[in-house]
Amino acid sequence: MLLYKRLICLLLAGVLALWTGTGSVMAQQGAIKIMYTDPLSGPFAQVGDQNLQQFKYIIDYINGRGGAVGRKFELVSFDNKSQPSEALLALKSATDQNMPVIMHCSGSNIAAALIEGVDKHNERNPNNRIVYINCGAVATELTNEKCSYWHFRMDAHVGMKAETMVRALPKDLTKVYLLNQDYLFGQSVQHDVKAFLAKLRPDVKVVGDELIPLGKVKDFSPYVTKIKASGAQALLTGNWGPDMTLLIKSGMESGLDIRYYTMYAHLGGGATAIGPAGNGKVRSVMAFHENIAVETGKTDTEGWTKQFRSTHDFDFYAAGFRTIFEFLQAAMNKAGSTDPAKFAAALEGLTITDMLGHQVTMRKADHQILSEYFVGVFTKGVKYDSEKTGLGWKTETTVLPKDVDQPNTCNMKRPS
Amino acid sequence: MEVVLVSLLNGLVYGMLLFMLASGLTLIFSMMGVLNFAHASMYMLGAYFAYSVSRLIGFWPALVIAPILCGALGALIEMYALRRVHRNGHIAELLFTVGLAFIIEKGVQMAWGLLPVPYRVPPVLDRALFHIYGSNFHAYRGFMLLISVLMFVAIWLLLTRTRIGLVIQAALTHPEMVGALGHNVPRVFTIVFAGGSVLAGLAGVIGGNYLVTEPSMAATMGPIVFVVVVFGGLGSLAGCFVASLIMGLVQTFAVVLEVSFADLLAHLGIQVTSSTPLAEVLTIPLPRVGALLPYLMLILVLLIKPRGLMGTRDT
Repeated sequence: MLLYKRLICLLLAGVLALWTGTGSVMAQQGAIKIMYTDPLSGPFAQVGDQNLQQFKYIIDYINGRGGAVGRKFELVSFDNKSQPSEALLALKSATDQNMPVIMHCSGSNIAAALIEGVDKHNERNPNNRIVYINCGAVATELTNEKCSYWHFRMDAHVGMKAETMVRALPKDLTKVYLLNQDYLFGQSVQHDVKAFLAKLRPDVKVVGDELIPLGKVKDFSPYVTKIKASGAQALLTGNWGPDMTLLIKSGMESGLDIRYYTMYAHLGGGATAIGPAGNGKVRSVMAFHENIAVETGKTDTEGWTKQFRSTHDFDFYAAGFRTIFEFLQAAMNKAGSTDPAKFAAALEGLTITDMLGHQVTMRKADHQILSEYFVGVFTKGVKYDSEKTGLGWKTETTVLPKDVDQPNTCNMKRPS
Repeated sequence: MEVVLVSLLNGLVYGMLLFMLASGLTLIFSMMGVLNFAHASMYMLGAYFAYSVSRLIGFWPALVIAPILCGALGALIEMYALRRVHRNGHIAELLFTVGLAFIIEKGVQMAWGLLPVPYRVPPVLDRALFHIYGSNFHAYRGFMLLISVLMFVAIWLLLTRTRIGLVIQAALTHPEMVGALGHNVPRVFTIVFAGGSVLAGLAGVIGGNYLVTEPSMAATMGPIVFVVVVFGGLGSLAGCFVASLIMGLVQTFAVVLEVSFADLLAHLGIQVTSSTPLAEVLTIPLPRVGALLPYLMLILVLLIKPRGLMGTRDT
């Protein structure tokens, strides 16, 4: 009887060992799963939705070029409803399934929660670590005070965008008006733009400096009246969504004939909302627009984004997303592994050539990407228009990685 | 002086847009006691219908067709859903409209997508009407003013000069009595709900291309309209009109008046420095909180005069 029980135990143990053994073998040969979390429902659903479609397009392309270490990438999406707590659920789900990467783009508050969550998890589970790829949360402190070894930011931060905006101001422009949303992001834009104006363009005078309640203003005509009265030659704003489009529309209608410098006019819905009236007036600080490839003669890149246009109902804007996967591909191949502990080390300080032919670097000190950045003007007569408006973006200023290589205060703790 | 005049015009236009939205809501709210959370959704549907219709046959037919579509939808909602829920009291009705608002928003997202749609001002109105101190007064804004004034006059005549108007007015203040006198109160309810939806739809046609037509437009316009209705007072179209103008003007002037509490105190001889208690709050300039003033006014009016400015019934 006892022998019988022992036999069963042995058998069970054997089956179990076999099962887990084959499991891990299969995991090695299967896809490299990447958790992607962003709002996929609610008022910001369009952001997550468009990101997701572009990611899928990019992953198909990268997988077509061999994926990484002989395996293919696979995206798993998780709706975080713009809530940090939901994003942490996505992290839990990712680590439960041993995914090597979690990716998240919008909301610096969510990014801060994820950085903390990833740090804790990696400390407690040295055998099941995860890397956090930040594809668009731009608060400067995420790679400064809050920097983490496991966090890699693949987009320019607020300070870099503000500097790009200031560098794009023409020499004869001397009076600017600042208008931003009254919350953390808007205030940092306000602060950083003023700081870079003082540093790079002391001749420029700030004739107006305004904060508006986030998403509350419906009628911007009183602001336009004020801007007009101030004699400003340009409006500098970090506003997004209706706060940006309504402001610009109101300005157009009142005949406020100045330059509009934005950070988000090129994103989904901006071109539609601004319309033909914005011709030659609206500018945006951006990582990419489809006409850059035309302007610089990168025909392969042009063909690639054209292919996206023909199969989707919006424009491709996420060149940075392709850079993310080219970085992951390069780092995993270099490390020869999809183990986060190994490829994270390979990713630090890595330099690759992006789809526009520029050298981009993942800065080792703070894990902030250094890439080229552009200021484009919304205008007629470009090859690829935006959202079927007949108008599209044309590059006015190109800022190279070295121009925005801003110092950082990151004191990074590396795993021993 | 020139800033005052321009701001006056700005405030007037914005106030009248608010009135177009709020007039329908105040009729429904006063009469049926329903805080119709789906009212702003009708506004949104009006804008989307107008966009789709104007792509097919132009803006002017859309100006008529879109509000009628909204009215028909409103009538159906009242007859086949709201009337059933009505038996279970006002809370049930309120929850019903909240649910409806979500469903309409999701429906709009599925039908027209998540992004703004290119619903534009008709070219004939897309120009400057006149210049005032170097600023354009856009022709479309003049058109908005015209439509809203016409609307106000029409509602006014309908309510005071027609039989159905008199019944509605009576039902605003004494619904039970009107029913006791043998009028078909449920049908009056349907008419009011459909009429309110027509007004919301018309506001959508007018507001959708002046602002931006996108799925969150209902959610962002909703709160301010409630404020107008409660502030103006239940059962009072005139109160709603006055409240809309006040809200429009207050928000407009709050933006251009660069003052704070600290400046006010300075006039009284009290200097605010960084060591003064609450210095952070006292030095916030008015424009930064301007858009929140309506909500402050709502709280004040509910504390001091719970019936609202010209209300004839308790909230």
